[in-house]
Amino acid sequence: MTKALISVTGLDSTGIIARVATKLSEMNINILDITQTILGGYFTMMMVVDLDGAHLRFEEIDRELQPVRDELKMTIHMQRMDIFDAMHRI
Amino acid sequence: MIETGEILQTMRMIQEENFDIRTITLGINLLDCSDPDPKKCADRVYDKICRVAKDLVHTGQEIETELGIPIVNKRISVTPVSMIAQGDPRPIARALDKAASEVGVNFLGGYSALMHKGATAADERLLASIPEVLSETNLLCSSVNVASTRAGINMNAVREMGTIIKKTAELTSDSDGLGCAKLVVFANAVEDNPFMAGAFCGTGEPECAINVGVSGPGVVKVALESVRNEPFDIVAETIKRTAFKITRVGQLVAKEASRRLNIPFGIVDLSLAPTPARGDSVAHILTEMGLEYAGAPGTTAALALLNDAVKKGGIMASNHVGGLSGAFIPVSEDIGMIEAVSAGALSLEKLEAMTCVCSVGLDMIAIPGDTSAETISGIIADEAAIGMINNKTTAVRVIPAVGKKAGDTVEFGGLLGHAPVIQVNEFGNEAFIARGGRIPAPLHSMRN
Repeated sequence: MTKALISVTGLDSTGIIARVATKLSEMNINILDITQTILGGYFTMMMVVDLDGAHLRFEEIDRELQPVRDELKMTIHMQRMDIFDAMHRI
Repeated sequence: MIETGEILQTMRMIQEENFDIRTITLGINLLDCSDPDPKKCADRVYDKICRVAKDLVHTGQEIETELGIPIVNKRISVTPVSMIAQGDPRPIARALDKAASEVGVNFLGGYSALMHKGATAADERLLASIPEVLSETNLLCSSVNVASTRAGINMNAVREMGTIIKKTAELTSDSDGLGCAKLVVFANAVEDNPFMAGAFCGTGEPECAINVGVSGPGVVKVALESVRNEPFDIVAETIKRTAFKITRVGQLVAKEASRRLNIPFGIVDLSLAPTPARGDSVAHILTEMGLEYAGAPGTTAALALLNDAVKKGGIMASNHVGGLSGAFIPVSEDIGMIEAVSAGALSLEKLEAMTCVCSVGLDMIAIPGDTSAETISGIIADEAAIGMINNKTTAVRVIPAVGKKAGDTVEFGGLLGHAPVIQVNEFGNEAFIARGGRIPAPLHSMRN
């Protein structure tokens, strides 16, 4: 399974999770885990997703997220989970 | 499952603390390109590099995107050119530069000669061509190995290199001697070094190999901020933990590049490589340990601790560690080093002492333009002696700044940075350098 972490940060507003999740669903990307918190009006969400079902390549998925970034005015990063596993797990 | 705090730590290291992969360097063997006709040899070299390295830059960019970590340089290292050049090496130099440009790499290293014991006719031809070649090419880097623990110091080569460095500086004086930034003189050069200017693909290497160099002095500096005033045991432990994490990412990138390019993984080089950016300085790790500037008394001890802890932390994180592996202390490429020289805290002699305990040597140091060739040769001989006796790699990459004197500034731009011209001891050594010959290998070279 190719897992990726999608982090979403920025000023809180209505419908952020819905918008991101809908976009992922359109690309057939399954969400495996979500943690989300608000700190001083600052929205922080981490999603772990499974890319195996997606029809698009990694950089295409990242490009598809661009309209969501622009619309929500949020910072959205997508990275493969491998980098976190490598750094924090032996 | 990875915890949120761990994820945030990784993201902070990359986004705020300048953690990056400094280079993916593809080593390519060129021995099969040799031909008595220099033109034919050059054509073969060009074709082979374009074929083997065609996907290197693109693949590097893909990995960058997917892992979310910058891979600053994509480079190539090749077999020392003196080994394949049966005649005039200059057409090969031009072919290498053109091929590097064609495949889109940042630098190509290997315009090199290994002459620690003596020179072949091809070595002599290559040496003579270095100033012209470095002034006419853009991406080509050159290195010459003049000493080793097993062979001693080739003082003829040391003498010649003083003159060659001077000539290279003069031919590239319009760019503040930039040619000399692409030329390094080694003792105990390593065959799998991914870093420039000294990368070449040694004869013990496979047909091709992926070597990766990590970076991250900013990450180490920030980690040490959390243990201020603690004893050195804790400082060392903190550096080890950080180096482990950094190197694991280097290993991951190397494995990915190797798999995608279908080229064997060679090594991860554990070096902490600084850049001129603030927050990316090895010198600032030393000042974080409690020194006012790099160069203050205690600096050599601080660097020894840093270098050793980086290795101890990194070695378990990669299945093959190699290259230079340690802390780099280039002056022009490190904002903290630049500040230290400008403040008068760091002298050439202190830098020489520091090279006894760090990974390489006198690196990216601007010296007055009127420094004599013999003085430069003397600096090389001293550095080579440190490498030979201590069984380690040492190097000299000095840049005579034509028309400038101590205290002036030279500007190279980009990763090469800028540097204050440093004071050089100018007492005479002409008779010493004129002797030539070979300084015998030390007693402890005989380990068999």
